[in-house]
Amino acid sequence: MKEQIVSKDAQQGKATRISQPVDFSKFSCPLPLQDYPNVILGHGGGGKLSRELLEHIFLPAFKNIHLDRLGDSTVFDIASGRLAFSTDSYVVQPLFFPGGSIGDLAINGTVNDLSMSGARPLYLSAGFIIEEGFPIVQLKRIADDMGAAARRAGVAIIAGDTKVVQRGHGDGCYINTSGVGVVPPGIDIGPHRAQPGDTIMVSGTLGDHGMAIMSVREGLEFESQIESDSAPLHAMVADILVACLDVHVLRDPTRGGLSASLNEIAASSGCGIVVEEANIPINPTVHSACEILGLDPLLVANEGKLICIVPPEAAAQVLDAIRKSPFGASAAVIGNVVSEHPGLVVAKTAIGGSRVITLPIGEQLPRIC
Amino acid sequence: MKYLTEYRDSERVKRLAAEISRIVTKPWAIMEVCGGQTHSIIRNGIDQILPDAIEMIHGPGCPVCVTPLEIIDQALAIASLPNVIFCSFGDMLRVPGSTENLFKIQGAGGDIRVVYSPLDALNIARQNPDKEVVFLAIGFETTAPANAMSVKLAKEHAINNYSVLVSHVLVPPAIEAIMNSPGNRVDGFLAAGHVCCVTGFAAYPALCKRYKIPIVVTGFEPLDLLEGIRRTILQLESGQAKLENAYARVVREPGNVAAQLVINDVFELTDRAWRGIGVIPNSGWQLSNAYRDYDAEIKFPVSDIQPCESPMCRAGDILKGAIKPNECAAFGKECTPRNPLGATMVSGEGACAAYYNYGRLVQLESQ
Amino acid sequence: MCLAVPGQIESIFDKDGTRMGKVNFGGVVKEVCLAYLPDIQIGDYAIVHVGFAISQIDELSAQETLRTFAELGMLEDELEELRATDSEERTHSGPVNPR
Repeated sequence: MKEQIVSKDAQQGKATRISQPVDFSKFSCPLPLQDYPNVILGHGGGGKLSRELLEHIFLPAFKNIHLDRLGDSTVFDIASGRLAFSTDSYVVQPLFFPGGSIGDLAINGTVNDLSMSGARPLYLSAGFIIEEGFPIVQLKRIADDMGAAARRAGVAIIAGDTKVVQRGHGDGCYINTSGVGVVPPGIDIGPHRAQPGDTIMVSGTLGDHGMAIMSVREGLEFESQIESDSAPLHAMVADILVACLDVHVLRDPTRGGLSASLNEIAASSGCGIVVEEANIPINPTVHSACEILGLDPLLVANEGKLICIVPPEAAAQVLDAIRKSPFGASAAVIGNVVSEHPGLVVAKTAIGGSRVITLPIGEQLPRIC
Repeated sequence: MKYLTEYRDSERVKRLAAEISRIVTKPWAIMEVCGGQTHSIIRNGIDQILPDAIEMIHGPGCPVCVTPLEIIDQALAIASLPNVIFCSFGDMLRVPGSTENLFKIQGAGGDIRVVYSPLDALNIARQNPDKEVVFLAIGFETTAPANAMSVKLAKEHAINNYSVLVSHVLVPPAIEAIMNSPGNRVDGFLAAGHVCCVTGFAAYPALCKRYKIPIVVTGFEPLDLLEGIRRTILQLESGQAKLENAYARVVREPGNVAAQLVINDVFELTDRAWRGIGVIPNSGWQLSNAYRDYDAEIKFPVSDIQPCESPMCRAGDILKGAIKPNECAAFGKECTPRNPLGATMVSGEGACAAYYNYGRLVQLESQ
Repeated sequence: MCLAVPGQIESIFDKDGTRMGKVNFGGVVKEVCLAYLPDIQIGDYAIVHVGFAISQIDELSAQETLRTFAELGMLEDELEELRATDSEERTHSGPVNPR
């Protein structure tokens, strides 16, 4: 009589199917992934179903030797010196939007956070909290996006985790990525380092990401060519550091846009900031979209841009370096750090007036007034 | 954007500002009664390029600032009900009620949705037949055609899970209330251009005559605002008091007749309480009898509303131009944009919020 | 209460008995209710507030206004120039001879 192999799940009382007897030496998963079109609670249980997700979705997408070892933790060598470490969680809705997905954000976001310290990003972890019922094809797409983004950024995802929560909790998929990078010697970058006289520049057009999300948000949707600018900035930062080792501040203006970042820098450094509105690069269609909804582009999120503050004598060559690097073609000088009005960010309007750019209180909302 | 960006040309703006400086010989106070105009003035720094002799007083032109506390508290009570999807324009979410705001209700589990148009709220009602969808229908006359159409369509298509909480206010009665209030300093008005797109401007010449003030229908871009101000100053300097239309590319005397027909069908005139000012007779619109079934006030009677304004808040005096924001004892201390006591500190174009942000700069520069 | 923006009508269609259109605002296209502008045509411009077109832009009037703004101040500049030239001539050559 042929033996029937009873799966571990069945032993634990979980629903399963009995397989045909197979040769252990050529053991392969008897439950093909396509039989589960949606994520179920078992996929987070740490057992066979979790393993399936790993083998059919995450490993093929993230492809690297570290992950293939599948230990409880990953051990790696690192050059001596200073390390940068960062973490961020991604809960964007919708998960897929013009120009990208939560997967792109999850990788580029942490790569950029590390890069803003001047670090060269090396390794990332990825933790997933997935809602029961989430379609597997969407999870695969997210994972593939992450793998592609990681390769583009020159980083490897070497640790990860998956949990599944009950239907009704979790908005589809949340992702946390943490990352580690190496900071070259001689670098001291931080918001406190801005000094009166410094030149402030941005690496490109502002407001693209936030308005791309708006364009697909229920109740506010519109058609346009606007796409998220999600991109890895590690190469741009490397180019900047070649042009000027003594960069004072690097900051990626994500939530709260340019305004939040400049206000934080002004507060941290105890200096004032003045920007010329007419010099701030904004895509005309993004401008139009902001006009219709009554939003200020300076408060809208970006996911592939940086603010760079340098001593004035280095400004020209840093601007040149940014413009020649990937994603930096539209870079522009937008203002200066000043000693007046410490802690306040002021914009000179195109018509010669000025307005204070305030720290946004919570999310910016469309208005009718 | 065509028909928008051209009216922001900085060279022409500077020349127009210089022209205004040339013609003004004494101090004048001009009020705009339109939140959109207030926003544009602050956002572009227009009052800074005007000669010192001209004072811009920001009037009660933002529905965020003047929606009565009772309505806000009602909105909050309805939004807290289970099975209700509460829809609103974004402006209203942070406005403080007696004890909380829509954001906090959302935090506590309320289903609150920001929409761009009342038609979006109507769509949400279509898509969620098992829920009650309530739309906070506020605004001046500009927004009334949109709000009215959503109710008309709800009735036509029997979308009976849709209802509106109405708080419409009108500009001409506000102008009268300002002119009648003791200590009024306003010499001339900029009339809200987009309100007049809808209503036309037939109601204004009588106000010019009664109060002997110039009223100029004005647009929103820097060139439009400066032109409205220029024409007002010209009249003031030459002792005139008439209505002029400085926004002729979109405003005509009859207004939008099709919109007026629908408004007259869906709404009827009513007394309205203006937050901080008090009741102004015949200064608002409510749903007419034919549409009472879509009135959220009737559908969701919420009793036990005891509106309680902060005793320190002086938004009313500020809206009338009687005092400046920094003359309020709570300004910048108990009352800040993060912790607003009144609506004028919440809205980006509320006089207090604007003053808080710009005023700090002036203070620091003069140190 | 007046955030209304100019856009160009790209298409007009009926939606459940209501006149609607696709309007292009500088590259952003949104569906807008045209019920209040029954005579507006494709290619025309309108002012749109919260998803409703409330007024057609009179393009002739718009061009006229822009011309006025362009000329305003320019006239004054020209007069200033004339005055400056005039006073220079007086300084150099005495009173202007009557022609």
